[in-house]
Amino acid sequence: MGIKLEFLENKLTARISGEIDHHSAADFRQQIDNFINKKKPEKIILDFNEVSFMDTSGIGFIMGRFKTAYNLGIKLKVINIPKKLERLVKLSGIKNLGILE
Amino acid sequence: MKQENLCINEMNLNFLSKSANESFARATISAFIAQLDPTIDEITDIKTAISEAVTNCITHAYKSEIGTIYINCKIFENGKILIKVRDKGIGIKDIAQAMEPLFTTGGSERAGLGFAVMKSFMDKLRVSSKVNKGTTVLMEKSIIRRNITSVK
Ligand SMILES: Nc1ncnc2c1ncn2[C@@H]1O[C@H](COP(=O)(O)OP(=O)(O)OP(=O)(O)O)[C@@H](O)[C@H]1O
Ligand SMILES: [Mg+2]
Repeated sequence: MGIKLEFLENKLTARISGEIDHHSAADFRQQIDNFINKKKPEKIILDFNEVSFMDTSGIGFIMGRFKTAYNLGIKLKVINIPKKLERLVKLSGIKNLGILE
Repeated sequence: MKQENLCINEMNLNFLSKSANESFARATISAFIAQLDPTIDEITDIKTAISEAVTNCITHAYKSEIGTIYINCKIFENGKILIKVRDKGIGIKDIAQAMEPLFTTGGSERAGLGFAVMKSFMDKLRVSSKVNKGTTVLMEKSIIRRNITSVK
């Protein structure tokens, strides 16, 4: 359970595993935002493949990173959202941001 | 009384409004309702709803203090699950507005979708609140009974 950051050719990949709730999201947010401020990546990938549970704090986490990235002119994508999170993702409308892959 | 409406078990859980307890509440409720032999999807729905209600107590009701969160959970012979999540925090002035999708007082890291999720993932949702007294969220969901004999 946690977050792994990988930086390659100006692309930051954040692989999140385990449960995303208000408690864990605070830590993930801090780590990613610190990294963004330090390294100024051109592109950010949030990989949700290993996420086992998520509530709306996870939606807020995605929206927050999207806004941060957008304001800095960074491209952001969210990949590998597990099937079990589909209902929540659908309900949230974040598909409209055009960042899900 | 009809046999199928019997309350077969009940639990109470009180804990401090610390964010580490969000996963504790989810895990505890999941373990308790396991007696009804729910499917993985049913457990996920209930875990998500509980997580929303408890997170609201922590981030809104007790946003500038640590208070106690009270959960009561009852399960019924017919597969009904009743969950009450209560706080003694700041309360909600306008409940209808608070329950509107995307409404939030929580800033840019909150989606304003907690109540919408509770409503959609559970069968019933009722919210009552008094400013400076606290808020009670009552949720109900009936799961399909497949293995009645597992509850004694
Ligand atoms: N227990 C509570 N005590 C006081 N205010 C609450 C409580 N629960 C909800 N609210 C109010 O209702 C609003 C809507 O709650 P809801 O859970 O739908 O969204 P949110 O918590 O703001 O965002 P999200 O749940 O998506 O992270 C909150 O922003 C808050 O103002
Ligand atoms: Mg909420």
